[in-house]
Amino acid sequence: MRGTTEAINLVAYSWGLRNLKAGDEVLVSLMEHHSNIVPWEITSKMAGFTIKYTKVHADGTLDYEDLESKLTKRTKLCAFSQVSNVSGVINDVKRVAKLAHEHGALMLVDGAQSVPHLPVDVQDLDVDFLAFSGHKMLGPTGIGVLYGKKALLQKMDPWQGGGEMIREVQFSPQSERCGISWNDPPWKFEAGTPNIAGGIALAEAVKYLQRLGMAEIFRHEKELTEYAMKQMLTCCTKLRLYGTTDPKLKCGIMPFGIDGLSSHDVALFLDNYGIMIRSGFHCAQPLHQVFSLPSSARASFYLYNTREEVDRFVEVLKEVEQLQ
Amino acid sequence: MTTVQDYVARIEGTCGAESDVIVIFKYEKKDEAVANILKKATITKNLQGIIFELNFQGMSFRMYPSGKAIFRGVKNKEELNSLLAALLL
Repeated sequence: MRGTTEAINLVAYSWGLRNLKAGDEVLVSLMEHHSNIVPWEITSKMAGFTIKYTKVHADGTLDYEDLESKLTKRTKLCAFSQVSNVSGVINDVKRVAKLAHEHGALMLVDGAQSVPHLPVDVQDLDVDFLAFSGHKMLGPTGIGVLYGKKALLQKMDPWQGGGEMIREVQFSPQSERCGISWNDPPWKFEAGTPNIAGGIALAEAVKYLQRLGMAEIFRHEKELTEYAMKQMLTCCTKLRLYGTTDPKLKCGIMPFGIDGLSSHDVALFLDNYGIMIRSGFHCAQPLHQVFSLPSSARASFYLYNTREEVDRFVEVLKEVEQLQ
Repeated sequence: MTTVQDYVARIEGTCGAESDVIVIFKYEKKDEAVANILKKATITKNLQGIIFELNFQGMSFRMYPSGKAIFRGVKNKEELNSLLAALLL
């Protein structure tokens, strides 16, 4: 896969168009990245199924009661992110998967923000599909992964046609057509020459992260996040953190705003000091509607960040406040 | 003849409901671009030379000596282009 987006699109087109029809429902949430909304909106128009959106609380956490109330026998798939790319909120996807399965639905997890940052065990979570990207975990762009349960992948049709994904293409002189049989998964879904260099590089990135230990990376980021939130709230007077500030509920992503300044002003100011954050909707406009925000600034951490960098970040934020 | 394109590397519409526009100047021309703009626009605030709040022809914008400027409330590409031409050329 080229990344999480392509992986979710593969499921939407290959599994979704074959298995979903009018009357069926796909359940997503209002905190999803557009990559886990748009493929379902597009394919729902093609296949006629319905999409339902699970509510999100004002603090950015998932409304599990709303989720349960929207799960019915018509629900065929739950598609949820494990970690919100805006708020950093960690969703209990194991619980959602269990609920989904109890209603006969499958569970797809957008792992773009979770796999790089915390230990993820697809067997323990018992999810049916999980997608993630290489470039968010020290790998290159243009490479990602779709995990799927083997039995499901075997039943799915290919998404794209070409070489490698077929076992045989035999021309029949009688029908003057080619009879085609598919290769086994994963090759069935890998038409054309794959991104070989990307695959090798991503594997090296995975080995590196495994050597460090995902639990250790998670612990480090949690510690930094807790420290950063405390410093931001203590040292800054015009800064507001969006979403929950409970470190138990989130990982190293902190959306924030400074009164009277657009997120882009904040980002450009920080950029001047070599501090990179992201500003805007972060491809999650519905969640900004929940927060009633025109955009947000978002700071995030990874394994290479330090407490000294947090201190410098907060120092510069104090200068940003002077823009007012 | 010098044109706006000689100075501008790219123009990005920001993501968000604010519809701001960020102009990124070419690295090799950024100092010249910043100097030209500072000559023509009125400085309404100067924060330690790190950020300039400016006004030009009734339009407020912010400029960073790192070579970026953020414009708010620009109606369309034509308006931005004529503004940049007046500021840079």
